[in-house]
Amino acid sequence: MKIALFATCIVDAMYPQTARATVKILEHLGHEVIFPTGQACCGQMHINSGYMDEALPVVTNHVEAFEADHYDVAVAPSGSCVASVKHQHPILAERCGDAALKARAEAVGAKTYELSQLLVDVLGVTNAAEQLGSHFPHKVTYHPSCHGMRSLGLGDRQLDLLKSVGGIEFTDLPEADQCCGFGGTFSMKNADVSSAMLEDKTKNIESTGASLCSGGDASCLMHIGGGLSRTKSDTTTLHFAEILASTIDEPVSVTGEVFVGKGGK
Amino acid sequence: MGMPSLPVFGDGNLHIDEPFPDAAHRELGNTQMRANLRHATHTIRDKRLKVVGELPDWEELRDAGAATKNHVMANLPALLEEFEKNFTARGGVIHWARDSHEANKIVAQLIKEQETDEVVKVKSMATQEIGLNEYLEEQGISALETDLAELIVQLGHDKPSHILVPAIHKNRTEVRDIFLAEMPNVDPNLTDEPRLLAMAAREHLRRKFLAAKVAISGANFALADSGTLAVVESEGNGRMCLTLPETLITVMGIEKLLPGKEDLEVFMQLLPRSSTGERMNPYTSLWTGVTEGDGPQNVHLVMLDNGRTAALADKYGRTALNCIRCSACMNVCPVYERTGGHAYGSTYPGPIGAILTPLLTGIKSEENSSLPYASSLCGACYDACPVKINIPEILVHLRGEDVDSKRGKKKLPTQMDLMMKGAGWAFSSGKNLALLEKGLPLGKLAAGRDKKIKRLPGIAAGWTQSRDIPAPPSQSFRDWWKKEHQSPAKTEQEK
Repeated sequence: MKIALFATCIVDAMYPQTARATVKILEHLGHEVIFPTGQACCGQMHINSGYMDEALPVVTNHVEAFEADHYDVAVAPSGSCVASVKHQHPILAERCGDAALKARAEAVGAKTYELSQLLVDVLGVTNAAEQLGSHFPHKVTYHPSCHGMRSLGLGDRQLDLLKSVGGIEFTDLPEADQCCGFGGTFSMKNADVSSAMLEDKTKNIESTGASLCSGGDASCLMHIGGGLSRTKSDTTTLHFAEILASTIDEPVSVTGEVFVGKGGK
Repeated sequence: MGMPSLPVFGDGNLHIDEPFPDAAHRELGNTQMRANLRHATHTIRDKRLKVVGELPDWEELRDAGAATKNHVMANLPALLEEFEKNFTARGGVIHWARDSHEANKIVAQLIKEQETDEVVKVKSMATQEIGLNEYLEEQGISALETDLAELIVQLGHDKPSHILVPAIHKNRTEVRDIFLAEMPNVDPNLTDEPRLLAMAAREHLRRKFLAAKVAISGANFALADSGTLAVVESEGNGRMCLTLPETLITVMGIEKLLPGKEDLEVFMQLLPRSSTGERMNPYTSLWTGVTEGDGPQNVHLVMLDNGRTAALADKYGRTALNCIRCSACMNVCPVYERTGGHAYGSTYPGPIGAILTPLLTGIKSEENSSLPYASSLCGACYDACPVKINIPEILVHLRGEDVDSKRGKKKLPTQMDLMMKGAGWAFSSGKNLALLEKGLPLGKLAAGRDKKIKRLPGIAAGWTQSRDIPAPPSQSFRDWWKKEHQSPAKTEQEK
């Protein structure tokens, strides 16, 4: 299968190792990965902040970038960005009075999958240890990000994949379904409420005794990891793609540089 | 006179005078309120999940509820006329009120005609929205709230903080203290045992029910095909008000209509399970006009617009009118759970309030434009809503309305404007973003020795007040892909 990678802006610029892990997983399964070079961002930050006029060129760019190449499906290691591509892009195009763009955005959205959706629903991956050689001998908990959980209805796909990783010790996160408080510019506009939500999330993570908290959205993981870092916690965050990409031969280092919470390489 | 200009926005207790972030900052500091609220919202959440899980057709019920309400909104003028015809034929009198001022005047006049200066009230959001109690007080009429929680709020000279559990921010010790301080003839040895508190309120209220000549209510539903009104409640105090006084005045938003009684099958399943987490509510009262010799003999209904027509005209916002005031959205909202209802400033707090309030008043009204931002867009409200109002989508729509309403009117762009403009450039082409990413190594300069950025200026300081940012990587994914990972065929071509 020819798979177009939508890295997402935050992963491209801040967490390149998450996109590299995504490529590694897909290539391991024998698929061809392409990277449409015109891509930049889904525009969600603009849309969710109410800047619709400014969002339009960003959305148009995404649609054009993912129309340019021939591929079977597109994938992003983010539930939130995929939800934006699938749901927000057509609405924005309609709101801006561009019916043609709406139809094009719907076509791109229909081909775009979140990583666990693609792995489980399309590529039939149910056991990461067996099918991907995933090995990660650490104590891990997991936060399901809101847009993946609610807008995309991912259910337990990410969680089940994580649990099937070789050597992993999994521990449930109390009040896992509660938002971490990120919410894009909400974290700045309503910083106090956002911080109060984050405080509860990081306390729940600490209570599990896990050495790290995994998830499917780099933005939420940056938020949670940033909060853990501020409180001098030993726990940090890591995208589930990196755990799936970790093998006995090429393990993800748990001591430093590749961790989301502690910055990229 | 002449035709009124459209849209006519609502007024009354819908205008907030303090931006949400400021009010939230203050409320977050109230640790007792936060503890009370966390306990209460989590309890109701769990109860709701349990009873909703019992129904195998819950999702179909939600679909049916949404479809019925969408049908009502699409056919509102015809249904209103049908209701008016049937209600009037059964001896009721209808009054139409464009805004809160008109509604308040009508109600005060009807009370004065009965030559009384004290009325009893059934819990009602519409009368809170129009500020009826305050208006009646100015007219020398005292309105007694008879719902237990509303009574607590009224006696405590407080404001409701939740549409269903108005005193949710108070614990029982605080309630006991209010009763001791404010309730006439109360037993000075009153404890905070819930049963004793309820008995004290019961004794206080019973005298009032028997003496009152006029009762005021809201309505949960109005059935167009029969002219019937319905009130759904837990305590029975509502039924006392609806049946004992000679005159009954109901104030109801025009969006409360349902086509007919068979629609109650759906809504009487959706409402109690979503609101109190009960399979059914203890008291459901339905009344149709006047029945000679039984119940109130003067039956009035004030049909309230107060911005509802304006909300209906908003293509992307109108489903907010589908709300049946169950409060499930506030019980599951992580923002409401921490700030409480007072931070929202309006009669309608929580996620539904954050969309309904600015839809009724228009986005430009005072500080109401801050309400649509009072959400992380986590979507828990949409999942819980029994009539499937896509609250996150409407929040985003209203943010767009807010930004657009301020375009070209500011002398200087805000920091947010500049950030969005800059990001708009970077994110509208892969080349621009690649160019910007060449500066990533510079980001390391902003980080300390521990490779963390701990303080940012301007609006970004909101982020760094509780979170670090990792130092950026020295190479973007895009750059790595181009230099180290392009497919062998392409690398070959480029050589």
